Amino acid sequence: MSSNATTAEGEAPQFYELVPHHHAPHGSTQIGFWLYLMSDCLIFASLFAIYGVLGGNFAAGPSPEHLFNLQLVAVSTGALLLSSITYGFAMLDMDEGKKTGTLVWLVITGILGAVFLRLTLYEFYHMIHEGAVPQRSAFLSAFFVLVGTHALHVTFGILWLVTLLIQIGTKGLIPANKIRVQCLSMFWHFLDVIWIGVFTVVYLMGMLR
Amino acid sequence: MTNEFWSFIFGRLTWDVLPLHEPIVVITFLVVAVGGLAVVGALTYFKLWGYLWKEWFTSVDHKKVGIMYMVLGLVMLLRGFADALMMRLQQAIAFNGSEGYLNAHHYDQLFSVHGVIMIFFVAMPLITGFMNYIVPLQIGARDVSFPFLNNFSFWMTTGGAVLVMMSLFVGEFAQTGWLAFPPLSGIEHSPASGVDYYIWALQVAGVGTTLSGVNLIATIIKMRAPGMTLMKMPVFTWTSLCTNVLIVASFPILTAVLTLLALDRYVGTNFFTADFGGSPMMYINLIWIWGHPEVYILILPCFGIFSEVASTFSGKRLFGYTSMVYATVVITVLSYLVWLHHFFTMGSGASVNSFFGITTMIISIPTGAKIFNWLFTMYKGRIRFELPMMWLIAFMLTFTIGGMTGVLLAVPPADFVLHNSLFLVAHFHNVIIGGVLFGIFAGINYWWPKAFGYKLNEFWGKVSFWLWNVGFWLAFGPLYVLGLMGITRRLRTFDDPSLQIWFIIAGIGALVIAGGIGAMLIQFGVSILGKNKEWDTTGDPWNGRTLEWATSSPPPQYNFAFTPVIHDNDAWADMKNRHSQRPIKGFMEIHMPRNTGTGVVLAGLSVVLGFALIWYMWWLVILSFVALIGAAIIHTFNYDRDYYIPVEAVAEVEDTRTRLLSGAR
Repeated sequence: MSSNATTAEGEAPQFYELVPHHHAPHGSTQIGFWLYLMSDCLIFASLFAIYGVLGGNFAAGPSPEHLFNLQLVAVSTGALLLSSITYGFAMLDMDEGKKTGTLVWLVITGILGAVFLRLTLYEFYHMIHEGAVPQRSAFLSAFFVLVGTHALHVTFGILWLVTLLIQIGTKGLIPANKIRVQCLSMFWHFLDVIWIGVFTVVYLMGMLR
Repeated sequence: MTNEFWSFIFGRLTWDVLPLHEPIVVITFLVVAVGGLAVVGALTYFKLWGYLWKEWFTSVDHKKVGIMYMVLGLVMLLRGFADALMMRLQQAIAFNGSEGYLNAHHYDQLFSVHGVIMIFFVAMPLITGFMNYIVPLQIGARDVSFPFLNNFSFWMTTGGAVLVMMSLFVGEFAQTGWLAFPPLSGIEHSPASGVDYYIWALQVAGVGTTLSGVNLIATIIKMRAPGMTLMKMPVFTWTSLCTNVLIVASFPILTAVLTLLALDRYVGTNFFTADFGGSPMMYINLIWIWGHPEVYILILPCFGIFSEVASTFSGKRLFGYTSMVYATVVITVLSYLVWLHHFFTMGSGASVNSFFGITTMIISIPTGAKIFNWLFTMYKGRIRFELPMMWLIAFMLTFTIGGMTGVLLAVPPADFVLHNSLFLVAHFHNVIIGGVLFGIFAGINYWWPKAFGYKLNEFWGKVSFWLWNVGFWLAFGPLYVLGLMGITRRLRTFDDPSLQIWFIIAGIGALVIAGGIGAMLIQFGVSILGKNKEWDTTGDPWNGRTLEWATSSPPPQYNFAFTPVIHDNDAWADMKNRHSQRPIKGFMEIHMPRNTGTGVVLAGLSVVLGFALIWYMWWLVILSFVALIGAAIIHTFNYDRDYYIPVEAVAEVEDTRTRLLSGAR
């Protein structure tokens, strides 16, 4: 390629690319999406910081050991982590050009995501029912917003996944769709990583407190 | 039934919130309404709406988006400056028992909205405009990485500006200062719509800013022309890269903290409340973790502009390119380690204050290195005192003094005396006007011929230059003096008559600056409408050194018919020195992105969503939110996003340029 064109002294080097060369389509999409994820990561970082500072301020209200049910959280964590594996299977099938396989694994991923979401909502409902509402203390405000923001991300992930299912179903595994599956993959695994942080910092450390 | 019905439809929006009892606001509204109607009427009369929609509003061309950012910034500058004049007048007359002409409610909104507008809707759009326009040209690219996202980002920024402007006439703006510290900004102390306007305007604009940051980083990383390694990038592109890294790494924190403030206000959570375990200091820490990088977001691209100007108008390679790049990167990193100097007085203790005092002083070292680099670039250079060069010299004098008062404030014991005083106000205006604004003016004069094909009028440019410089010192010199005497900021009335003279001088200074802005507008008008334009047929009116000067002025839609290959960091100067020949045949079809109106639609829906949230119109909140998500999803079903400019069209444009070039020589 002309980019490495080094020429001997005095000889005029090439200053323009005179032959057409093709850029890979969507060449910037992955790094762009990754940058977006990093900005999203900072939103979570702020929420973790808030939880770290305010998480012990119970204001004479309920504290983690009264509220959290580790068995329930273990099941929802399992569902979410499993969904990352099934997404990986979808990616493998997509690389081999298997449309049906991709769709099936994506559907399974979505169902596991929905199970996770359902359990989170159940936990929220349960806590609110017991009077542990976000308004009760700074700890509960921070808890609901941190876990809620993650759940909101999972919701959008599922919405995106459903949209993608329709698009793959109608247009097939064209490059424009493939790059979307890759981006959603990054998004989905990113949410898993965040959840591992939530699980550790909020639930495990909360029970140890 | 009727009352409940109307409050369901309009939430808390009633006739009472219209500021009909404030004659100043009513008159402003009438002037704006008449002016607005005149503009709309003229556009309709000359049948320009279709043109604007097709060629500008829906355009994904980075050059047009860049120009739209500049227009937004300049329009908002007029609004922000009007607020400044009003404050100066109030402070100049409110002595000896006089209440002045502004009541506290109005005055408190003025100083809040002045800060918000000047930072978010003047400085930010202006620097983003430059980065949009110049960066792809400097790296030899045809557009940014994500052209649609670019258009969308612009409209989100505009959407935020629309919400702020709305607050002038419907309801009120925050009376909390530009960062809306709780508990004052909590629902208990600010129950009206002001803080909500603040929150949602910044959230809407913040989405645009963050995405434009992502976009420009990806562009600079992935779209550079062959041969342009990182250490061969023009300095403006380097500073843009660092600024956008700062944007992506700091704006999410603002988003998070404003969301939490909104939750405190809307839902009743206890993040920043004074009871139930909340902590107002958490807000102040977090917002300054965004806020301090923000000032470097504004200044770094201006350092880049000055670097380009210094080497172009000295006719020399930039002195110390490598040290300039490293200084920029060091500033980028250090800007995250100084935030606490904004509140030394809040009781963090001697050790913490010392740490942040020292980091603050350290950050002046790379900045000082830059000043020396510019000086050495000028040393033994063949300097041409064109307008951009004049702004560079004014910047070096003004900004250095502003920097020194900043180092003064970085000493915690001194800060205990000067905190929240007019000395601080003078300091940050000294660096923001003397640094950011002067940089923007240098950039406008430098790149105007590139964008429009002719130079700006020099006479009116010089008038504007001198009025700005004299006006600046008249306006802010007295504030340094007053600050050292212990006068705090944001005061509406004064008891000590001996202070009045200083405020009168400052007021005169503001009027002189008004003359500077007026002269600048005349400069634009004369240059645009004047018959004897200094046309630039070569595309290189200043004997420039970087790639944007290698193409025509204004550049064709596709920027470069053939992608340039880079061998040196002043790529264009290198091409000229080694007599590179511009290819005049063998053109190829060019792959370009298609225009789309989705950005306008999404941003419009975001404004509706923000407005509905501000006025508690919950049905509209749900409706506009669903519409927003729906519109975004529908957009993803559009796969037809690009097209090819045929060879003949490219050849026609390039042949015209060939003729112009041969005629000029």
